[in-house]
Amino acid sequence: MIRVFKAEWRKLRRPTLFLGTLLASAGLTGLVTSLLFLLIDSPQGNSDRGNMVSREILQLPSGLTIGFSNAAGLLGIVALCVFAAQTAQEYTYGTLRNLLVRQPRRMQLLLGKYVSMASFAVVMVILAAAVSMSLAFGLSGKAKVETDAWVTSDALQELAKTFGNVLLSVIAFGTVGMILGLLLRSPISSISLGVIWLLIVENILIAVKASLGKWMPGNLMSTIATGGTSEVSYTHAISFTAIYLVVGALIVSTLFKRRDVSN
Amino acid sequence: MSNLAVAVQDLSKKYGDTFAVSHANFEVPMGTVCGFVGPNGSGKTTTIRMLLGLISPTGGSGEILGHSIKHPEKYLASVGAMIEGPAFYPALTGRENLNVLATLGNYGTDHVQSLLERVGLGDRGNSKYKTYSLGMKQRLGIAAALLPSPKLLILDEPTNGLDPEGIQEIRDLLKSLAQEGTTVFVSSHLLSELELISQHLVMLRKGKVLFAGKIEDLFLAQQPFILVKTPNESDLLKISEIAVAAGHKSTIRSGVAHIEGPAEWAAELNKSAFAAGITLSQLSPMLPSLEETFFEMTGDSE
Repeated sequence: MIRVFKAEWRKLRRPTLFLGTLLASAGLTGLVTSLLFLLIDSPQGNSDRGNMVSREILQLPSGLTIGFSNAAGLLGIVALCVFAAQTAQEYTYGTLRNLLVRQPRRMQLLLGKYVSMASFAVVMVILAAAVSMSLAFGLSGKAKVETDAWVTSDALQELAKTFGNVLLSVIAFGTVGMILGLLLRSPISSISLGVIWLLIVENILIAVKASLGKWMPGNLMSTIATGGTSEVSYTHAISFTAIYLVVGALIVSTLFKRRDVSN
Repeated sequence: MSNLAVAVQDLSKKYGDTFAVSHANFEVPMGTVCGFVGPNGSGKTTTIRMLLGLISPTGGSGEILGHSIKHPEKYLASVGAMIEGPAFYPALTGRENLNVLATLGNYGTDHVQSLLERVGLGDRGNSKYKTYSLGMKQRLGIAAALLPSPKLLILDEPTNGLDPEGIQEIRDLLKSLAQEGTTVFVSSHLLSELELISQHLVMLRKGKVLFAGKIEDLFLAQQPFILVKTPNESDLLKISEIAVAAGHKSTIRSGVAHIEGPAEWAAELNKSAFAAGITLSQLSPMLPSLEETFFEMTGDSE
């Protein structure tokens, strides 16, 4: 599997993909964090869906990473696109047949690809965390937010917890992308379907009936990043995301193992 | 270990009610160049995909280098392949594309440059694949197939898109690989392309193997003939009568008499025509192409 991992990284590290993705992640996280501090006194709110994150909350040990965890949904979308594209393009380019001739153990190929993309997501999340925290410190003065609590051991614990949750959330989004890529075998179709579902369909359904939020995969994955909300507990989010992903992974891995490679 | 690189028995692949490959039986001895020929859609690529474990046979069995095709992981490390044209990542360079496959197959990337040079891409290895011409892509596909220093090389239409010089280079490359002991199984829809380099042939049509064996067997079956033209077309009838009287079959088509007979009999015919007062404007002893012989043998004139 290590060979698949290394081979996949040869593709992932090409500058347009690697730097482009990291820049997008840094940019999105930077934007969310900046708005959190710059719009702190705005009556329209400074967080997602017009929510207000007050100065008092930002001054807590967890305040340092609020911007980072708020950006998790967007980081997840980026991961979904990367995982879906990297998987589905093997079909559209016809390169899957080359890969399978050099590594005929299909499950090893799939697992190696997955682990390499997950490690790519780790790099992405580390950079996003660094950008978000740097901006938080940089903008705290302008936003008149005290940062004393951000350099305590409690803050370090919060950072570790938030980093773990965001990483889990991002990898979950990426896994959805890979599942879609394997199912649809087209980067455009899998990315469109994933993004439309997560950004539009789920939001409409939740707006119509709020209780549906407990069952929507995108909402559950975003909830993991924030460590749970008043509507959806962390345990519920983790459990149902795991169920969705395991079922999806079982279906696509069975298909991948048995399906003829004829394009 | 068996001295066969490839052996298939009753190998079949069915899609719905249609057989893409139907009960194919053939063998490829080690160390030979075997041509795999058939028109487009005859099932060549489907057969190759089954040999490489990319698609599952509906029936039958096969062995590659002594291992069942049900376990491609046991033999693919010693097999190089290019299936249905080259397929690579457009945003990577030729060298990077080979590095991906070399890493995946654990072959090391040290000999990538020498492979690029061997296929004539030594100075273009650092160009992106998307900038390659069709011929260059084809060459990169062959380089990728050579990565494992294969015991068996399977190439599907390797000369597609190549100019005559490129085709000659590929022929020379395949010949030199065979001399080094590599078994080459190469497909083409043109028999004429393969008859120059192959010792064995497998001929496929509509999913069925029509011929599998040594190319000499086809050469032996070749029926020589003599083409005769006269300035006066009415003399052709007399020429035909002379041929038939000497026990040779003759037909007249498009102002030319086709007489079945060996080249040596042409001199005899010339003498007889002169004696009958007929002037010949053409007298050409010929051999049919292998393709014509093959269709003659199989009674298939399509």
